[in-house]
Amino acid sequence: MIYFDSAATSYYRPESVALAVAEAVRHMGNSSRGLHGASLDASRTIYEVREKLGNMFGCGTSQIVFTSNVTESLNTVLCGLLRPGDHAVTTVLEHNSVLRPLYRLEQQGVEFSAAGCDELGNVSAQDIESLFQKNTRAVVCTHASNLTGNLTDIREIGRLAHERGILMIVDGAQTAGVFPVDLVKDHVDVFCFTGHKSLLGPQGTGGMAVRQGLLIAPLKTGGSGIKTFDRGQPEQMPERLEAGTLNGHGIAGLGAGIDYIRSQGMEKLRQKEQCLADMFYKGVREIPGVTLYGDFTKEERAPIVSLNIKEMRSGEVSCWLTEEYGICTRSGGHCAPLMHEAFGTKEQGMVRFSFSSFNTREQTEKAVEAVREIAES
Amino acid sequence: MREKSLRLVVAFPNTTNAMAMEKYCRQRGVGGRLIAVPPSITAGCGMAWCAEPEEEAAVKEVLNGQSIETEGIYRILL
Repeated sequence: MIYFDSAATSYYRPESVALAVAEAVRHMGNSSRGLHGASLDASRTIYEVREKLGNMFGCGTSQIVFTSNVTESLNTVLCGLLRPGDHAVTTVLEHNSVLRPLYRLEQQGVEFSAAGCDELGNVSAQDIESLFQKNTRAVVCTHASNLTGNLTDIREIGRLAHERGILMIVDGAQTAGVFPVDLVKDHVDVFCFTGHKSLLGPQGTGGMAVRQGLLIAPLKTGGSGIKTFDRGQPEQMPERLEAGTLNGHGIAGLGAGIDYIRSQGMEKLRQKEQCLADMFYKGVREIPGVTLYGDFTKEERAPIVSLNIKEMRSGEVSCWLTEEYGICTRSGGHCAPLMHEAFGTKEQGMVRFSFSSFNTREQTEKAVEAVREIAES
Repeated sequence: MREKSLRLVVAFPNTTNAMAMEKYCRQRGVGGRLIAVPPSITAGCGMAWCAEPEEEAAVKEVLNGQSIETEGIYRILL
């Protein structure tokens, strides 16, 4: 099997991640729930991972909140910050993890506007700025489209937002772990991430880096291990946004994933992924009948190449790839409805190839040949 | 019953700060250990750092050096 669906979840992971999870399952108690060895083991492990993530995203350790995935992070942030009468600005690049919370909030009296994109799927900071209103409370946008791999200029968007006192919320599902992000330098108030993609951790891990001083109303309330006799959720971060037992076993694995990234170098891993994606792009772009989506003129992009072959349904192509070639891709709508509407691919969908630093040139060559054979058939 | 003696106790607003205290005291060879926060300080189930009183200067150095938040430093019989 050749796996080219890393934008959905990592399949190839360092062995150390599996070992860390297994070790945690065997020995870890419940973090922040006692002074015995098993509980402290969990508290220490989680603290270490929190600290590593704080260093990665340029915020204090207490400003890292763990959630079960980026969707939970985005729901927490959007529902915790936007109130009836507020306005938010987003983009057509977004995943449903951004759009569906906004549609739900819209029913409760929150307005939002979505900036469009050009023919290559790029959204500009100026287009976003043009949608600012007097009551705009936040911009929420993806760092990279999960469909095209195009990056958004979060630093410039954040700068423009902050000039107007508007909060900047970033969906980093496709970039956390491979692209450097710094809350202060990038003018970001909340950076939401998932643990199971480029951070190489297990599924069920995710979180957010929250700018110091920003108060987000909790989505969940419950046990925190502190302030037991208070009726409300503690004010302190991260407990304010972390009700209930954390996924300590998963977080231990996430820590091992981060250690691997640090040992290899984020830039080196990113260059390898981009190199493979570029090799694939150059291999398929001249094949008659192949349509590509996204802006490939820019070197810095998430390692994603989405395409269609003639008028074939994307699901049919994806099945063909897996059944005849053992190549795993993602077809259909990719939970990005507005992006497909912008490209006119709502019916056909797209076949998405997404690359990992664990993929090889040989695998990529096979994928190019598979696309060629299907297109020539 | 264990004999009580005067101890330096640092209370924290949350677990993250308590864990930071343990990590950086260990790293710098500052004595002490995590304990359940004494009820004379606060009700609940948080953690506190307990050290010998003579460690106070070293403890404060760790707190300041790592920007660790506290809910007070106490000398109490434990």
